[in-house]
Amino acid sequence: MNNNLIIETKHLTKRFPMGKGEFTALKGIDLTLGKGEFTGLIGPSGSGKTTLLNIIGSLDSPTEGEVIVMGSSVGIMSAKEAARLRKENLGFIFQSYNLLQVHTVYENVEFPLLLLKLSSSERRKMVHDALEWVGLTDKMKQKPPQLSGGECQRVAIARAMVKRPSLVLADEPTANLDAANSHNILQTMVKLNQDLMTTFLFATHDDKVIGYLRRKIYLKDGLVDKIETA
Amino acid sequence: MKLAIKLAFKNLIGAGLRTWLNVIVLSFSFVMIIAAKGILVGWDRQAKKDMADWEIAGGQYWNANYDPYDAFTLTEAHSVIPGQFKDEIERGDMVPVLITQGTIYPEGRMQSILIKGIDPGQSLLELPTGRLDTAAGALPAIIGSNMARANRLSKGDYVTIRWRDANGTFDAAEILITDIFTTNVPTVDVGQVWIALDSLQSMVLMPGEATILTFRDQENREAGVGDWKLMTYKSLVSEVDEMIKTKSVGQSIFYIILLILALLAIFDTQVLSIFRRQKEIGTYVALGYTRKEVVLLFTVEGAMHAVLAAVTGAIYGIPLLVWLANKGISLGMSSAEFGFTMADTMYPVYSGSLIIGTTLLVMIATTIVSYWPSRRIAKMNPTEALRGKLQ
Ligand SMILES: Nc1ncnc2c1ncn2[C@@H]1O[C@H](COP(=O)(O)OP(=O)(O)OP(=O)(O)O)[C@@H](O)[C@H]1O
Ligand SMILES: [Mg+2]
Repeated sequence: MNNNLIIETKHLTKRFPMGKGEFTALKGIDLTLGKGEFTGLIGPSGSGKTTLLNIIGSLDSPTEGEVIVMGSSVGIMSAKEAARLRKENLGFIFQSYNLLQVHTVYENVEFPLLLLKLSSSERRKMVHDALEWVGLTDKMKQKPPQLSGGECQRVAIARAMVKRPSLVLADEPTANLDAANSHNILQTMVKLNQDLMTTFLFATHDDKVIGYLRRKIYLKDGLVDKIETA
Repeated sequence: MKLAIKLAFKNLIGAGLRTWLNVIVLSFSFVMIIAAKGILVGWDRQAKKDMADWEIAGGQYWNANYDPYDAFTLTEAHSVIPGQFKDEIERGDMVPVLITQGTIYPEGRMQSILIKGIDPGQSLLELPTGRLDTAAGALPAIIGSNMARANRLSKGDYVTIRWRDANGTFDAAEILITDIFTTNVPTVDVGQVWIALDSLQSMVLMPGEATILTFRDQENREAGVGDWKLMTYKSLVSEVDEMIKTKSVGQSIFYIILLILALLAIFDTQVLSIFRRQKEIGTYVALGYTRKEVVLLFTVEGAMHAVLAAVTGAIYGIPLLVWLANKGISLGMSSAEFGFTMADTMYPVYSGSLIIGTTLLVMIATTIVSYWPSRRIAKMNPTEALRGKLQ
């Protein structure tokens, strides 16, 4: 096995119950992702990008086939093991930011560190670093409702990055942002990818995002259509 | 758990008005329960203390035939005071009372009464028996204020009483009301005339006899001495316990409704939260919580209403309860009307166990109604929760 391998999917199939029958969202996906990649799943709406990302993120499980994330198989791990994988190794960035509204920017970013039970001095240092990466040190005490969309997404990036996870999964992170903010955020992520060797996997159909990707995995109707490497 | 508490607190405070409405309603039930129960506890204590002071002291021996609810038993309910109590009586630690049925004729009307004979020198009970010593042309007697009011008798009045002696022969005499006492214990007041024990004994031809022996100290009492049976303090005040129990049932209904309303509001908030905050739930899972931990978080959040309610309740409740305890509460009813030992003004007593018990009750109830809807989270699909699409 390749030590640099972060994700490996083998004949991954996902079916959802639909009315009386079933709907096959992923129809046998074989993929590998190495450490430090900056890769995107690209495809039209309904092609299965989010479904694939969720399974890789252990939020959902495969119907058939196997998904190995950092050496553990998503389909067979317990809820507790899956939670530990997410807590320790994964960062999520969502289209709709999903920040905790009643918490300040600082607290939102600190949250994953609380789950890891780090000491308060460690946490303080790491939160300050993360806020610096995204350029939000001056908005630390504000709450999400007081921030712009771009700022919210930067908080979400800081929250995903603060624990320096091996893998960040970003589902349409720019869908709610204008062009300037999108580029700003993508540049931040590229820099983090280079500085920290964090692996990024996107799901997107946004050309702005696609422009930054080093590897593009095109999905179509639940299948890998083609793979392009820049 | 510590993190859950911290988060839950933030979330609750963040929810603003809704939280405070729930908390305030819940705190009402908190304060209500403590106030209402406190009144009963205060009543209970006061009633028992008054009974002890005025009537039963540390306990009594009753003549085996005596039944306080049947005046006709009185003709049989008397016997010679056992010799073994002589010392105790002389020390003043035991007070014999002889009771007989009689009739009083205030202003020409006729009224059935109990004539009770007691040692004028006794100090075991608060009855002002010293005034029975007063030498006068007539037989000195004391009565309670309710008896006085009902028969329009005043201090210094002369009035005729009639009784039957041991042989069944009627006799009559005039008594002089030498004192009127005020008590919360109707059973030493309403329909009763107190005179000196030796006078009554000779009037009814029962020398050395009594119906009840009231003693100061209950320790090492024999259950029965001759035809005298022991009535412990506990058994004598049991009717107070019974009455308080009855009252507390009636009272509970009131605040249980209030508590249920508060719990319903919290239940509703929980149900709503779980629907409205699906994305947040999904986010917790994405950040590394298990669904069970999210259930815990939401349960703690709901249960924390009770903590906030305790704090809020304390802020306005403590001054209110202290004020009540000092000022007392008048039920607008006298003990004579109620027929039961009861002060005109009752002073609530709040015991530690009452406060802790109430707090626990409210906490546990709140935790249950918070946990109930939260269990749903454990069945949620995190990806659907994240999309916020669950029905
Ligand atoms: N829980 C579900 N139950 C039933 N069908 C589902 C479920 N989740 C996804 N699907 C279906 O699977 C297919 C793939 O969905 P997915 O969300 O992965 O698409 P996507 O590529 O992310 O699309 P978009 O660009 O619109 O986000 C869609 O047709 C969708 O309707
Ligand atoms: Mg999608």
